[in-house]
Amino acid sequence: MMEILPNVTINHYLMLSVALFTIGAFGILFRRNAIIMFMCVELMLNAVNLTLVAFSKLWGGTDAQVFVFFIMVVAAAEVAVGLAILMMLYRNMHTTSTDVLDKLKW
Amino acid sequence: MEKLVSLIPLFPLVGFLYITFFGKGLSKNLIGGIGSGAIFLSFIVSIAVFTTQLHGGNPTTVKVLDWITAGTFDIDIAFIVDPLSTIYLLFITGVGFLIHVYSIGYMHDDEGFNRFIAYLNFFVFFMLILVLGDSYVTMFVGWEGVGLCSFMLIGFWYKDMKNNDAAKKAFIINRIGDLGLIIGMCIIFFQTGSLKYDELYISGSEASSLQGWHLHAAAIFLFIGAMGKSAQIPLHTWLPDAMAGPTPVSALIHAATMVTAGIYMVARSSDLFSASDIASDVVTYVGILTAILGATIALTQNDIKKVLAYSTVSQLGLMFVALGLGAYSIAVFHVITHAFFKALLFLGSGSVIHGMGGEQDIRRMGGLKKYMPTTHITFLIGTIAIAGIPPLAGFFSKDQIIAVAFENNILIFVLASLVSALTAFYMFRLYYLTFHGKFRGTHDQEHHLHESPKVMTIPLVVLAGLSIVGGFIGFPHAVGHSVHFPHWLDHFLEKTVVMPFMEADVATESILMIVATVIALVSTYFAYNMYKKNEELALEDDEIESSTHLTLVNKYYIDELYDKIIRKPVDQLSAFIGKFIEPNVVDGLVKQVSAIPQGIGAATKLVQNGKMVMYILAMIIGLIVLLITLI
Amino acid sequence: MLTEYAFWFLSFLAVFSALTMVVTKNPVYSVLSLILTFFAIAGHYFLMNAQFLAAVHIIVYAGAIMVLFLYVIMMLNLNKFEDEKKSLFMNSLSVIAGCILGFVLLAVVKRTDELTIVAKASSAEVGLVENLGNALYKDYLLPFEMASVLFLAAMVGAVYLSKKEMV
Repeated sequence: MMEILPNVTINHYLMLSVALFTIGAFGILFRRNAIIMFMCVELMLNAVNLTLVAFSKLWGGTDAQVFVFFIMVVAAAEVAVGLAILMMLYRNMHTTSTDVLDKLKW
Repeated sequence: MEKLVSLIPLFPLVGFLYITFFGKGLSKNLIGGIGSGAIFLSFIVSIAVFTTQLHGGNPTTVKVLDWITAGTFDIDIAFIVDPLSTIYLLFITGVGFLIHVYSIGYMHDDEGFNRFIAYLNFFVFFMLILVLGDSYVTMFVGWEGVGLCSFMLIGFWYKDMKNNDAAKKAFIINRIGDLGLIIGMCIIFFQTGSLKYDELYISGSEASSLQGWHLHAAAIFLFIGAMGKSAQIPLHTWLPDAMAGPTPVSALIHAATMVTAGIYMVARSSDLFSASDIASDVVTYVGILTAILGATIALTQNDIKKVLAYSTVSQLGLMFVALGLGAYSIAVFHVITHAFFKALLFLGSGSVIHGMGGEQDIRRMGGLKKYMPTTHITFLIGTIAIAGIPPLAGFFSKDQIIAVAFENNILIFVLASLVSALTAFYMFRLYYLTFHGKFRGTHDQEHHLHESPKVMTIPLVVLAGLSIVGGFIGFPHAVGHSVHFPHWLDHFLEKTVVMPFMEADVATESILMIVATVIALVSTYFAYNMYKKNEELALEDDEIESSTHLTLVNKYYIDELYDKIIRKPVDQLSAFIGKFIEPNVVDGLVKQVSAIPQGIGAATKLVQNGKMVMYILAMIIGLIVLLITLI
Repeated sequence: MLTEYAFWFLSFLAVFSALTMVVTKNPVYSVLSLILTFFAIAGHYFLMNAQFLAAVHIIVYAGAIMVLFLYVIMMLNLNKFEDEKKSLFMNSLSVIAGCILGFVLLAVVKRTDELTIVAKASSAEVGLVENLGNALYKDYLLPFEMASVLFLAAMVGAVYLSKKEMV
């Protein structure tokens, strides 16, 4: 089997990843607070990172880890801008609830 | 020499443009000078071009520009120089010049003076294009152009709604005729493939390929065009109303030149008309009907210009009689003499109106003889000329029309003689009521009565002179032959128009001349008896009792008839369409069509509700579907 | 043997704290449980010999990003229970959608059993700074430099957006 640790196959890691990803997606649907939703997105990104590292372990290459590195870079930049937007929204609307922020329509 | 012909329409165009764009600060005399000068230059060139034709020059066309070239259809802006066009040129520019000069005096106190002179120049330009064009298409440009100028000049005093209505009426009725002209042109083009005169009539005689009903239809539709322009029944109603324009306009456009465009067109197409006996008969009968109708209405009109307008209608009818009987050169002859004396009469009436301070009703005039001597004498000459008393111009032309009628159709001869008698009667009625007897206007008007200035009377004198001698260009054939005085105009025109077959001998012709003279003199005597000796005055409108008289005063109720049978149904149809078809059918259809995207939009916009959750949900569902395909 | 236990422990910790993060009502607790999840993931990286990534992960996520979250929550004064009006319909819909997503993802993962991929003998040195640094500064130099430009842009954007005068 495709073991990457003793008694731990790639499938175990993929399962873990699926669990974390699904929790993140569920959180986005379930919560209305924009900040929590944002954190759920981070969780989903990390789930993906985990699979990448697991595959890196499996194949023994550095490329996957470089991708993880870049994902972190992008996530950090995204959080910086995203939180700035949230700050401004809160300043103008006095809420971060996505139920109220529903102007993006016809 | 013929090359100069393109200058002739150029001068009035330049005059029009100059006065329109640079005439603002200039003095009225200078503007008048420019306007008249432009026409005078055209007149000089016209004489030069005319001389070449007089000395036996062959008809030529002078090409100026390519205009339309589409396949075999080829129309240039080109001018035709032949006897018919040059003789028209002469009297258009000549009479036009005199009327321009007269206008300087007549319109001097009008605030729209510049506009007036500019329009007159523009009119002359289009009239010259009409006459000079070498094809029906070019002629049509001038044809529409003079219609436009006529419209603008009838409605010249646009502040009065009545004038605007008259202008619109003229325009609309002319449109009906124009439609006929266009249809006629189309028939000719589709049958022969050409609309150029020289291809149609002179060189290849393409017109001979017109046969059967095509020929008759083409001629009759062309004649419908002429009916509109030359005010023949049933399209004559615009011309009397057109008298709403300033008097020089009535003289130039609605008596001397534009209304004779129909005659010109038929004479130009003389090959076509002489080949179609049906069309010729139509022309003859419409002409004689119009002549009688115009003459009878003129008997009872009391507006000095209306009398002259109906007289014009009647005289145009006589010209068409001549055309219908195949005497094209005689029709043109009458056009020329008519231009002289009718312009003279209109300008004389303008002088009277000027002196009377705008009054046009002859029941308010009388005894003007001693206040306006020049006007009186010239008006009398014009009256004698139109009445057909020898040796003035009208006698020769009208006598020859009657002579032709005598040789062809005795009914037409009788009716034409009747028209001639009526003409003499109503013209002398007008003359006596205006210039003789006691003054019947207000004291204020009497105080202001004065002879018109020189700038107005000199054109009158010149036109009076022409009215006296103008008839000698067409001295009767047989009599002329015996005294060695040839019919100059016939010889001149024989290159371009079909000549009538005249077989009358000296005796017949002399007798006819004497009969015509006697008829004119007798009706003159009746008029003298009624209006000079007994001073039997025209009745006020509400005093009229005789139903015949009332019918004539109301112009046979033709306007009312048109109102009933044409305008009312059209109005009702429009109202019906506006009320039912437009909102229900047209709008309904449009609304139905617009409802479809609206419904789709209303349904789909529910998806776009702005809730972030919904968008994310949709995204996740999409992801699920994508993954399912991977399994 | 020890690594197997560590795997199970860390996995359980990650899933549990992730669920806590989603379910708890206080945003501050959410942030703290997410930090816990990140630490568990960093532990996984250690297990898989990706030491450098594990370190970076902790520094960037736990040290920078989550602190930023906390800071924003503090500034916006959101550390109270927030009254989230939620409809039963949307809740059940999100649960169903989440379940289906998880199920489908599992089904996809399940298919990897059918693949016959032979794992390479992985060297323990792959995750070291030296190897990663070589890859980053040789093969991925251009993306690396671009990342710095991205950061600059993000910084400018964040500063511009946070200005008080903005409407």
